Amino acid sequence: MILFILRRLLGFAATLLVAALVIFVLLDLLPGDPAQFMLGLNATPESVARLRMQMGLDVPAPQRFLGWIWGMLGGDFGMSYTQRAPVGELIWGRLGVTVPLSLLAMGVSMAVGLPLGILAARRRGKALDTTIMIVAQTGIAVPGFWLGMLLVLAFAVNLRWLPPGGFTPWDEDAGAALRGLILPSLALALPQASILARVMRTALVDVTGQDFIRTARAKGLTMGEAVWRHGVRNALLPVLTILGLQFAFLIAGTIIVENVFYLPGLGRLINTAISERDLILVRGATMILIIAVTLTMLLTDLAYGLVDPRLREGASS
Amino acid sequence: MRRLLAHPSLVVGMGISVLFALLAMVSLVWTPFPIADIDIGRRFLGMTAEHWLGTDNLGRDMVSLLMAGTLTSFVVAAVAVAIGVGVGVPLGLAAAAWGGPVEWLVLRLSDFIFAFPAVVVAILITALIGPGAINAIIAIGIFNIPVFARVARGGALSIATLDFVAAGRLAGLGNAAIAYRHLLPNILSLIIVQGTIQMSLGILAEAGLSYIGLGTQPPETSLGLMLKDAQSVFLIHPWLGLAPGLAIVLIVIGLNLAGDGLRDAVDPRLRQVQTNVA
Repeated sequence: MILFILRRLLGFAATLLVAALVIFVLLDLLPGDPAQFMLGLNATPESVARLRMQMGLDVPAPQRFLGWIWGMLGGDFGMSYTQRAPVGELIWGRLGVTVPLSLLAMGVSMAVGLPLGILAARRRGKALDTTIMIVAQTGIAVPGFWLGMLLVLAFAVNLRWLPPGGFTPWDEDAGAALRGLILPSLALALPQASILARVMRTALVDVTGQDFIRTARAKGLTMGEAVWRHGVRNALLPVLTILGLQFAFLIAGTIIVENVFYLPGLGRLINTAISERDLILVRGATMILIIAVTLTMLLTDLAYGLVDPRLREGASS
Repeated sequence: MRRLLAHPSLVVGMGISVLFALLAMVSLVWTPFPIADIDIGRRFLGMTAEHWLGTDNLGRDMVSLLMAGTLTSFVVAAVAVAIGVGVGVPLGLAAAAWGGPVEWLVLRLSDFIFAFPAVVVAILITALIGPGAINAIIAIGIFNIPVFARVARGGALSIATLDFVAAGRLAGLGNAAIAYRHLLPNILSLIIVQGTIQMSLGILAEAGLSYIGLGTQPPETSLGLMLKDAQSVFLIHPWLGLAPGLAIVLIVIGLNLAGDGLRDAVDPRLRQVQTNVA
């Protein structure tokens, strides 16, 4: 088990290192002079030279790359040129929106998707199953941000139950902050819940045909008990993989949905950074996203190994 | 052919997809009104005899915009699938045919690419060269590579143990020839099924990227860009946002049904799971 964890940790670190290298090469080496690029054509040579100094462009690239990595290990992501603040601080401030939003969306997606999937599998071939699967088929096809626009129209403008957008900071009014995240999390979660319901149903239907369910039935359990005690637990294995993937994509998805609700999250920060050509901020923010995605994958892998001992042995694929 | 028609979801899905694809193609040679035809005096018209679906905030005809937008969405998704197939399938086949270190490398590479969601790739490219439809194509295409590599490898591995492959090896064929002559033809149906599913994911992803300004730019139009344009006036003129959104939903349902139907027609045992791109 320790070997398994070590291998995964090593893979995690290697992925991040290569990802950092790719980002560094893309943003730092390719397009001529980044300082000139950031300041635009009208910049004076002096201000370009000053920015070059500030960005440390006067030292060789390998040294700069290592400096960047070393800084990030200590939580230093560099200084944003346009915002005149440490990138780490800027990102940290935005995570207070993006992270709770992703977690909330994940929770909603599970709370809606898993029971519907189980219900559909238990009523396989019946009208309820068909209905749930038609709804799920539609849900998968709905872009989350468009669903967000519809939710604003219905629940914020027409019914006036929830705010249409914007965000109250947590320390000001936690209740209002949470209310501001309800519609965005629904917009993110419902398409994901549709996928989850389908996966859960398929997995449970597969498991229900297995011998150990028949054994459980032979021991005197009703079908419902057998499926609940033995089936669901086994069917959760493939579901776990999807959950990991989904959370990774939810983090990326929040960037799009934040725009619908004017939420001051990571997505808005990145948008500003791109339009103001703040490459240092773009670099830090994309790195944070990749760390989040890779970390999710790592945790999924570890959880999988914990739940299913068979995977620890042949850990190659 | 009759075997294919026996799957209702395939027929319905193909019907919807082909219908939208045709509408999109027609926009190349004819739209009811030119999409660059801005006329503020005619804006926000409801449905009229002249403008079936009304006009947008710049007075452009919605039917024309939808047709041209659908074309962009299809093209972006299709080229991205082509990138995924073109790079991913050879990688997957190589992994299956050579095994060993080649396989290890391909698997690690596809793991690695999974760490870059399409949004992140699009952000990086946009920061470098500015926004455009090409960014969306590259971002979604890169996302597609490991998907096809895995499908190709999985399919090829299940075939590689069959007798005719062994016969090919005895006849002196090398790994590359085995992969090209024996493995590739046998996994084509898998690739087509996956291609249909990635098309639908690509259309969703294009919409998301264009919506946040990382994809298609004016004067071009796409379904995602139409939603971005509709955002500011959506609460007063919801129709401008409803129409392109519904088009996306219909196209994606069509493609997904077609994909599901194809898969059942090809091999009912292949129940695969799909996830979101963006």
